[in-house]
Amino acid sequence: MSATGIGAAVRRKEDHRFITGSGHYTDDINRPGQVYAYFLRSPHAHATIKSIDIKPAANMPGVLAVLTGADLAGDKIGNLICGWMIHSKDGSPMKMAPHPALASGKVCHVGDPFAVVIAETLAQARDAAEKIAVDYEVLPAVADPVAAQKPEAPQIHEIARNNTIYQWHLGDAKSVEAAFRSAKHVTKLDIVNNRLVPNPIEPRAAIGDYDSGTGSFTLWNTTQNPHVARLVIAAFVGMAPEHKLRVIAPDVGGGFGSKIFIYPEEVVALWASKRVGRPVKWVADRSEAFLADAHGRDHVTHAEMAFDGDGKILGLRAKTVANLGAYMSTFSSSVPTYLYATLLSGQYEIPHIYCEVDAVYTNTAPVDAYRGAGRPEATFVVERLVEVGAREMGQDPAELRRNNFVKKFPHQTPVIMTYDVGDYNASLKKAMELADCKGFGKRKRESARSGKLRGIGFSSYIEACGIAPSQAVGSLGAGVGLWESAEVRVNPTGSVEILTGSHTHGQGHETTFAQLVSERLGIPIDNVSIVHGDTDKVQFGMGTYGSRSGAVGMSAIVKALDKIEAKAKKVAAFVLEAAEGDIEFKDGKFSVAGTDKSAAWGDITLNAYIAHKFSGQELEPGLKEGAFYDPTNFTFPAGCHICEVEVDVETGKTEIVAWTAVDDFGIVINPMIVEGQVHGGIAQGVGQALCEGAVYDKDAQLITGSFMDYAMPRADHLPSITVDTTVTKCPSNPLGIKGCGEAGAIAAPAAVINAITDAIGSEEIAMPATAQAVWAALQKLNRMPQAA
Amino acid sequence: LAVPPQTVWEKLNDPAVLKACIPGCEQLDKTSDTEFAAVATVKIGPVKAKFKGRVTLSDLDPPHGYKISGQGDGGVAGFAKGGATVKLTPKDGGTLLAYNVDAQIGGKLAQLGQRLVNGAAKKVADDFFENFAKTVNPAAV
Repeated sequence: MSATGIGAAVRRKEDHRFITGSGHYTDDINRPGQVYAYFLRSPHAHATIKSIDIKPAANMPGVLAVLTGADLAGDKIGNLICGWMIHSKDGSPMKMAPHPALASGKVCHVGDPFAVVIAETLAQARDAAEKIAVDYEVLPAVADPVAAQKPEAPQIHEIARNNTIYQWHLGDAKSVEAAFRSAKHVTKLDIVNNRLVPNPIEPRAAIGDYDSGTGSFTLWNTTQNPHVARLVIAAFVGMAPEHKLRVIAPDVGGGFGSKIFIYPEEVVALWASKRVGRPVKWVADRSEAFLADAHGRDHVTHAEMAFDGDGKILGLRAKTVANLGAYMSTFSSSVPTYLYATLLSGQYEIPHIYCEVDAVYTNTAPVDAYRGAGRPEATFVVERLVEVGAREMGQDPAELRRNNFVKKFPHQTPVIMTYDVGDYNASLKKAMELADCKGFGKRKRESARSGKLRGIGFSSYIEACGIAPSQAVGSLGAGVGLWESAEVRVNPTGSVEILTGSHTHGQGHETTFAQLVSERLGIPIDNVSIVHGDTDKVQFGMGTYGSRSGAVGMSAIVKALDKIEAKAKKVAAFVLEAAEGDIEFKDGKFSVAGTDKSAAWGDITLNAYIAHKFSGQELEPGLKEGAFYDPTNFTFPAGCHICEVEVDVETGKTEIVAWTAVDDFGIVINPMIVEGQVHGGIAQGVGQALCEGAVYDKDAQLITGSFMDYAMPRADHLPSITVDTTVTKCPSNPLGIKGCGEAGAIAAPAAVINAITDAIGSEEIAMPATAQAVWAALQKLNRMPQAA
Repeated sequence: LAVPPQTVWEKLNDPAVLKACIPGCEQLDKTSDTEFAAVATVKIGPVKAKFKGRVTLSDLDPPHGYKISGQGDGGVAGFAKGGATVKLTPKDGGTLLAYNVDAQIGGKLAQLGQRLVNGAAKKVADDFFENFAKTVNPAAV
């Protein structure tokens, strides 16, 4: 391993610019003549707009235009779409309601934009928005997904009766029923997977810039996938043909999924720019982010697990109602279906699984993928069932897990996935050693002496990452392929530019991708630059989400580097006057086998461009290659997280006193970055388990709409985390990578809740397990007669 | 209150009295016997906005009580609705005025100030009736 190659804990190249304030985020970019957009958003969860009077606003100082949904429709700007088709059990397609970028005639959630003011300054735009008079007819609203399906619930979209978008299922209901009939024990749980607000540190932003000279648009946008944004805005919204629209995603300050989607505001910024003939900037304030970013999770689930007399799992069944909010966001339909039910086998050999999912509209912000996307929900179901099942049957939870682990690979689950490789017992064993599970009893007694209840919770999670084989996702309804592209441009002096379709917004690609190149070409990482996030530079790409950039994005780079090496060897053969087959390339040096003749990397790259040693008939000059890589399978990162808590009996406050994470991510490129990803993921999972939760009141008003009322995890929620790995090499990509971006957020919630329920001796804890919720559960226990 | 219910009732129906007593009220114009167009500035938590809306008197039961309700549109600040049920009972030659308040807010007001709304509504109502008591009690003049 070289100092900067694969496996080296290299410091992130990008951090200097981020921590010294010299990054370039969308809001740092200002175009000549730029004007500002301010969106008028519905204060009502559900209302008919009877009239809008824009005249007083249009006459305000500095105002260039006040545009409404009617104007948008008049200009034939198309609706936003959901790009993953799900069919119901009865074969009918999902009920996708129209989603215009500006609502027209009716608003469907608090924060639904229906007009925009374009003015010289943001203050002028805001002041003018105050003057717009809107006459609403307020309609009844519903925020709860289960209530939304009831006949008496308000109907949100005409197309979806009982607000039901689809009623989907996966697995074999009959065989599951038979398995449950033969069971010795059945564990049943009702689970609410709480709704989360993503809250990346940089709010969403967009600058639309129309060039009337060329008839082309440029969009600077906080997006995780600029090419997909361009494709949707061109092909579905119909703003401009693809070759007349350039999308640039500059530095992006975190996404966690919420910046995958194509939102109304960027569409409006482009459209308004053409209308007013000036570049139009919009930057969300935090209040807007709470109302209008796609939220995450929000599942209501009943789940059951059947066991035989020895604690072997016989079957699992689950019924989930998933809240998709007021409109179907870009990939919303896939999250509670193919990203969720396909992982319900967990790390276990479960012969029979059946899952039903109803997706529903409510008068809330749209819900879509958020770090883990479906897999945290699946892990929570499986790991709670296993834990509670073990407790109910009086078995050791670790032992029960061990007895049910998948041990032979490849393993076909009853829910589509084929696990390629893994060693689940290895991560459990290592985690239990590192967490000193043997000493837990002693620690519990010590806690009891200071009036604290101590508990321990396991989460043996699995996820499907590296999304994904295009054919496979196509057969499941995806509207796009999920390959990745790379282009390697070698300069005459030997420095290298990597153009990638992946997008980095906190993951550290500028470092890890350069490490791969350094390893392969034997050049310092400082001689490698990573170019991404610009549709005019990178031809096409699918972006970053689903822990795919390592497994898929870097694999594309490997493929392109293979071609570079092959071409460079041809050049070297001419330079070294040897047969191409005799050229060897190692540590940045070309040599002729069996001789002491060699040439450095820089000699060969220069010769590729000066082309003095070969004729044009013999070899094309230059050194530039591209590749598309389509994976052959998902990757399956898995591991074991152990959380230890102390609960204060008097206040119900939970303190996480220890955390051990042992993950199998396959081959690790940069252990320091991986550790950071694990830390961040755990922090987000702990946030979901202990403090985060979006709450809508009975009128579907968001009452956790600021950091005053929506609690984010803080440093003091977390202990010092022990991170370690076990390694089984992923067989489906050339680097053996599985991906690490989501693991912590997937594993953590179940580990925390398993620990708290172990501590207090009650399973009745819903997330977030705030001090109040835990205290209430303790009070309820104390009121009950003591068990014999 | 030290005056009989009939007097209180009359004051409760007098736009000038109402305008003087509604906290933050800048304008109150009678549009019918039971409706007024109003402009008021209200502050709840971090949000301060000028509301335009209607004040309506309903469930009229002279001189025993009514319901006074208001709803206002605060533009980008959201909306507020609320009301008070007022009951007048003769007591010791004067009047016992009892009131019960409810309030509902939406949009930015709810997003930032929902936790504060009950407290804020109670304060607005308390201020109103305190002002009202000062206006009707001869002793206070």
